Amino acid sequence: MATAVQRRRLPGAELLSKTSGLQRVTLITGLVLVAVFVFVAAFAPLLAPYGLAQNSADDVAFVPQQGPSAEHWFGTSVRSEDVLSRVLFGARTALLVIAISVTLSLLIGVPLGLLSGFVGRWIDKTLVLIMDAVYAFPSLLLAIVVSIVVAGGTSSSLGGMLSAAIAITVVYVPQYFRVVRNATVAVKTEPYVDAARVTGASTTRIMFRHILSNVTGSLPVIVTINAADAILTLAALGFLGFGIEPTQAAEWGYDLNKALNDVSNGIWWTSIFPGTAIVLVVLGMTLVGESLDETLNPLLRTRRAVTSADKETVDE
Amino acid sequence: MRGGGSRQVALLRYLLIRLLLILPTAWLLVTVVFFLMRVIGDPISAAMGGRLTQDQIEDRKEAAGLNRPILTQYWEYITGFLHGDFGRTQDNQAISDVVITYGAATFELVFWGLLVAFAVGVPLGRYAATHRDTPSDAFLRFSAVLAYAAPVFFVGMLLKLIFSVWLGWFPVGGRASTDVELALQHVSPKTNILIIDAILYGEPSYVLDVLEHAVLPAVALGLLTGGIFLRLVRVNLIQTLRSDFVEAARARGLSTRVVTGRHAVRNALIPIITVMGMCIAMMLGGAVLTETTFEWKGLGYQLAEYLRARDFIAVQGIVAFIALVVAVMSFVVDAVVALIDPRVRF
Repeated sequence: MATAVQRRRLPGAELLSKTSGLQRVTLITGLVLVAVFVFVAAFAPLLAPYGLAQNSADDVAFVPQQGPSAEHWFGTSVRSEDVLSRVLFGARTALLVIAISVTLSLLIGVPLGLLSGFVGRWIDKTLVLIMDAVYAFPSLLLAIVVSIVVAGGTSSSLGGMLSAAIAITVVYVPQYFRVVRNATVAVKTEPYVDAARVTGASTTRIMFRHILSNVTGSLPVIVTINAADAILTLAALGFLGFGIEPTQAAEWGYDLNKALNDVSNGIWWTSIFPGTAIVLVVLGMTLVGESLDETLNPLLRTRRAVTSADKETVDE
Repeated sequence: MRGGGSRQVALLRYLLIRLLLILPTAWLLVTVVFFLMRVIGDPISAAMGGRLTQDQIEDRKEAAGLNRPILTQYWEYITGFLHGDFGRTQDNQAISDVVITYGAATFELVFWGLLVAFAVGVPLGRYAATHRDTPSDAFLRFSAVLAYAAPVFFVGMLLKLIFSVWLGWFPVGGRASTDVELALQHVSPKTNILIIDAILYGEPSYVLDVLEHAVLPAVALGLLTGGIFLRLVRVNLIQTLRSDFVEAARARGLSTRVVTGRHAVRNALIPIITVMGMCIAMMLGGAVLTETTFEWKGLGYQLAEYLRARDFIAVQGIVAFIALVVAVMSFVVDAVVALIDPRVRF
């Protein structure tokens, strides 16, 4: 669903032609960063010199906490892993978690938003109250609670990624819900909806055929910005020790947590590289999201220039 | 336009309704946390899974009252909550005590963080708005995005690496030097907000020590929301500068500087207060990470410790408490906005 929308809205060239000057630079920078990220994630096993949990080669153990060298471009960690390999494999984990969580958020948030906005009455009131409560909850704490519940305190490879993804999903469903609901409320009294009803279309059909296609305009923007947020939440979970077992998958936040002591000892390579990876990916997605926002909704330019995370009430 | 009297009535009614809305919100949050933690898995097995035999787990569950019907537990939890009883940690501390003691430290950190956020965001946002579309505006906007893109703990680690380890300007972590912290244990009345404790103690070097420890964590946390403030001030200032009353002020012959400073900035701050509600939630989340990074022994640091020890009853209590604080703060924010912004409709 999302990809279809994006493909229709994002025929690259057309979008680029709508931008100019600084905006175009922003968009291209963002797209390049995202493209590199996806490329690295896809080809991590080919690009990485070693495995993600490998700490010896040819029966020779790697020396822990060694600075960058010809063998280990980004140095080695306290557990003797190759930092470069972990950074590269980390992209894979991040992309998987984003993909799962964005898909789940769309699948849950969009139908609920449609239902709430279109049907209204008590369903709307209840859902809005619940979503507002979830939205008001500090997102990291919510993610922690959910990941405890899903993972039950332990985490395997897929289980860890899944629990992180579900935790992130719960955090972002309210945003999709809110946007879709408000847009639905705005368009449901349009004449074309009445027309559809007169021709005998069922409520479900009206909701998903007629209204959905008219409220999805801002979804690509939310998707990109949430994807950026999702990486930050994933990293934060990992940083607090709630991510994925280090032998199962590489995760930047977890590696940063392990690098905390290194920092106090002046060892910089274990933190700088994974940290920079997070910053670049989040930056890329945020830049794409903002350019999309400005080009897709030129009228909303000043209104939405903050981030989708900000309340719609900002300038009311 | 309505008269002043009816506006006041409407305002009171709005505040009252908003106040009453906290209750279901808070109740919902506490309930969700409770059931998430209990129904799907019980805290003891989750904590001790693999480390204890089934019998030992059963004994512990018995002791913690987890074998009784879930609704009985829920009822006790809610009534306990109303009496300020959040339950006990595995090492038998009252969670309400933990929350009060360490909450003060977190409050202090968030306060410093907000201070940095305002100090960075407002003037730079104003500068960016008045220099719109110049290279410096572009640079500031990019920096704001960068501040958003960098995880607070990575920024914290960078600051630590550069300013404590390499340059040696600031301490590596903690809220104060060990001797200062020990000395401040004896100050009375003890607030556990160290800067206040240090002032009460009356030793200037202690105050300085506490401040030195606060700088890096405050900057790390402050940059997190400072970028958001910058963009909000910029966007709203640009909008306000276009509005009629600014034109009118200009027409009266006031200089741009006065118009911006006196009239526009004040109006551009209102949206900041609105977003403050969200920022407080963000700050508290950020505080958990900042405290872990800098070993700042506040509620977030404690929460991470309990998480690591798999003490989920303690986690549940702290999370529920933070949720309550967020619910109350968002009410306060709405109330402040309603009081100062005459355009808010109820």
